[in-house]
Amino acid sequence: MKILTLNFLTCARKACKATNAAFPLHPRDAELEIVETDLNPLFIRNILPRIEWDALREICVELGLPTLPDAAPEPAALFAEPIVPADTMQDADEGAEKQPTQLLQDLHRLLLETTIATGKLVCGNCGHEYAVKEGIANFLLPSHLV
Amino acid sequence: MATDDDGRGEAYETEYVHTVYEQIASHFSSTRYKPWPIVERFLKSLRDGSIGVDVGCGNGKYLSVNPNVFIIGSANLARIAARHEPHSSVVADNLSLPHPLASFDFAISIAVIHHLSTPLRRIQAVRAILELLKTASGGTGSGSQPAETETGGRALIYVWALEQKDSRRGWDEGHEQDVMVPWVMKSNNKANHKNRQKNKAEHREHSDHLSASVSGMHTQDGPSKACSDSQHSVKEKQDTSCAAHDNDSQQATSDSQESKTFQRYYHLYRKGELEHDIAEAGGIVLDSGYEKDNWWAVATPVVGTSAPASTNLYRTS
Ligand SMILES: [Zn+2]
Repeated sequence: MKILTLNFLTCARKACKATNAAFPLHPRDAELEIVETDLNPLFIRNILPRIEWDALREICVELGLPTLPDAAPEPAALFAEPIVPADTMQDADEGAEKQPTQLLQDLHRLLLETTIATGKLVCGNCGHEYAVKEGIANFLLPSHLV
Repeated sequence: MATDDDGRGEAYETEYVHTVYEQIASHFSSTRYKPWPIVERFLKSLRDGSIGVDVGCGNGKYLSVNPNVFIIGSANLARIAARHEPHSSVVADNLSLPHPLASFDFAISIAVIHHLSTPLRRIQAVRAILELLKTASGGTGSGSQPAETETGGRALIYVWALEQKDSRRGWDEGHEQDVMVPWVMKSNNKANHKNRQKNKAEHREHSDHLSASVSGMHTQDGPSKACSDSQHSVKEKQDTSCAAHDNDSQQATSDSQESKTFQRYYHLYRKGELEHDIAEAGGIVLDSGYEKDNWWAVATPVVGTSAPASTNLYRTS
């Protein structure tokens, strides 16, 4: 279970899904594991605007990870060289791939390589706990909670 | 209204879909790795950085098509997709998906909702997918967003067709739409070895644990070893004496051979039915068609409204 994934999960119960309290789910008794994966700088750049930064920040605090800045970094901070105009986009992409900043690498580490191996995810609205085992979260509900 | 579905529903699907898939999961991993062209085209058409869900991702074969989008796969199998970077997967029920509403760019649901055994549950499944998609007005976006019109999220849904006259299964217009499809699993070491080799080539890192539990197995398009027919309608199954249709065991060992037959439930969609269900679920069909024994449709949620609270059941006869 990647930290990135937590940004797109909420409680599976119908009554919770639409509430703010159910997002993000809160990790509890989490055992973290670093699972290395290839760096794809453009993936990080493209995914960044889609992240609910406050939720990510909150989860990092709860997991005891280093505190993130208050606001999401600007795209320009991800690459050492500025991205050149659209007519040479291909070159820009290639250049960008060669020059990811430390910040981009840190985000890759946090979002894609830092995983919850075991633990629980707790809904802040109803309190239901979802188990994470072998890196896979289980959202199947007992029938009385559906 | 749901009472004329012969007691079908969740418990029925557990017996005739989930349990069977658990048993045959390794077979799927070794044979069903090639994406259908429509699915591949849909996934490759997505903008880089798109976020989506794969509802019923099974072994995750579609997760590897486009590495520039982020997909969260879900399946209600206890053992699901192994790692397909950069994507992720969770265990969840198709009707109770653990995702925020109106926040995804795309969704795919491939060969999944045809396993739901009542009209209402099939429509609910479509609604559960559509409600995850951003609406054209911008979904949950804040007021600070620029006025540029954002298109709504798109879902690709793919189901088995009733009209399959070119296949050996023999179904076509007019046939019973709710069918049990037998899969015969054989202990055949030679076949197993072959599957493993193929598996290694296509899915190098997943082959070992996925293919470990079951030895050789193959689908049975023609008559199965344990039964006289290759398909039986659900209504027929009560009458047959065939061991493979025994409700108590759903997996039967055929006499002398080391083989087991698994019965899986399918609802075969007839022409127009998928589009109908999408409309009932509060969706707009953007595109649809037929591809190799399957109906497919690309849909988006109706702008500015949520799905209707109640629904007219689709009548199959
Ligand atoms: Zn909840």
